[in-house]
Amino acid sequence: MAIVEATGIHKHFGALHVLKGVDLVVHEKELVFVIGPSGSGKSTLLRCLNRLEEPSGGSIIVDGVDMLSPRTDINKARQRIGMVFQSFNLYPHMTALGNVTLALRKVLKLGRAEAEERGQAALKRVHLEDRADHFPGQLSGGQQQRVAIARAIALEPRVMLFDEPTSALDPELVGGVLEAMRELRRDGMTMVVVSHEMAFAKAAADRVVFMADGMIVEQGTPAEVFGNPQHERTRAFIGQIDRH
Amino acid sequence: MTNWDRFVDSFFNARVAAEYFPKILEGFWLTIVLALCIIVTGLVAGLGLAVVRAFAIRPLNLLIIFVVDLFRALPPLVIIALLYFGLPAAGLSMDGFTCAWLALAAVLMAFSEEIFWAGITAVPKGQWEAARSTGLGFLQTLRHVVLPQALRMTIPPLTNRTIAITKGTALASVVAVPDILGAANAGVSFSFNPTPLTMGAAAYLVLFLPVVILGRWIETRFAWKR
Repeated sequence: MAIVEATGIHKHFGALHVLKGVDLVVHEKELVFVIGPSGSGKSTLLRCLNRLEEPSGGSIIVDGVDMLSPRTDINKARQRIGMVFQSFNLYPHMTALGNVTLALRKVLKLGRAEAEERGQAALKRVHLEDRADHFPGQLSGGQQQRVAIARAIALEPRVMLFDEPTSALDPELVGGVLEAMRELRRDGMTMVVVSHEMAFAKAAADRVVFMADGMIVEQGTPAEVFGNPQHERTRAFIGQIDRH
Repeated sequence: MTNWDRFVDSFFNARVAAEYFPKILEGFWLTIVLALCIIVTGLVAGLGLAVVRAFAIRPLNLLIIFVVDLFRALPPLVIIALLYFGLPAAGLSMDGFTCAWLALAAVLMAFSEEIFWAGITAVPKGQWEAARSTGLGFLQTLRHVVLPQALRMTIPPLTNRTIAITKGTALASVVAVPDILGAANAGVSFSFNPTPLTMGAAAYLVLFLPVVILGRWIETRFAWKR
């Protein structure tokens, strides 16, 4: 069953044509990895899926909901779509638990006790239950990103979007975040990941999508895309990555 | 009578001081009431305008910017005089207290709106995006995520501006409000002795020195640490 069905997505920023008719289908429990050179439109595509970015054209269906219809309650639709950002974006004036429970209390309208119970459970899934009372400033970057993951999964979304979740982290902190993502995957979460962690993509992705110049150039299993790329652009990109 | 005696008799005359102390004290309380009225209405209106401005409705924002710039440019005394001496010509008259209150509240509203607005825009865009991505609405995001961070940043400049404008309560004496300065001036006229003015200055110190010290404390206490 398709959780995400994006068809013919276009996005213009002024004169800049960032997405040029992108089709992306993500099935239930699938982990799709989106790779490509910077400026290829990966992040923009991801941000169109929950309408943080307004697409200029096309259609987006997430979990059966038409995201672009004016009749859709966008706040309700976004509850089913978790998002994790490159710069964590934790609320600095709230504890880890406060970050996780805000939407549970204000969007799902849960009582404090129930929200905190669910919040604690979400923090436990990223192994930070003992950091519930810490403020973001008291946590390492890796811990902050795991709190951000907990904040998203606490709402029990149908799909999780990761926008370069490890790019802002020191190398020694990347592992913990990838481990949290691996566990989510084991629990059957549908995930779309924009990232440069190629080793993670090879090990965990069901499908790799290569984007360049606002278009999907090719896609396939990690073995296909990394082992036997069909297009010149893909070969060049993967060759460059491998040299590192 | 030596010069020194004459000086003491003029500015520290015990008999005059005793006579006018009750009037100055009444003025003292009146100044506090006027200041509190200005602070509460000015800050609430300023925050309200900044929140409306966050909705980014273009014609409304142009109007807000116009009003804000108007009250930031006009000298407070001119606004007070317009309300007190000008409005009766239009068939609407208010007492001096109301004129001073409305005028200074409007000035504080204008300055505080700019400060609140600067605070709102200084909150990183990622905070909005994170909150909206969890399904929080625009107003919920503003209230629970953006404003708490914005207000914290605005406390030091807001404290300074509030003190500066609140001191303008002395202008109310021009429109016959018996505040500290008004009471002191009246005392001078009746006693032919400037001692009440000395008392008035002392009263302002008693009133505002603690506020200034509190402001300094708030400024260090709330300096935003990242």
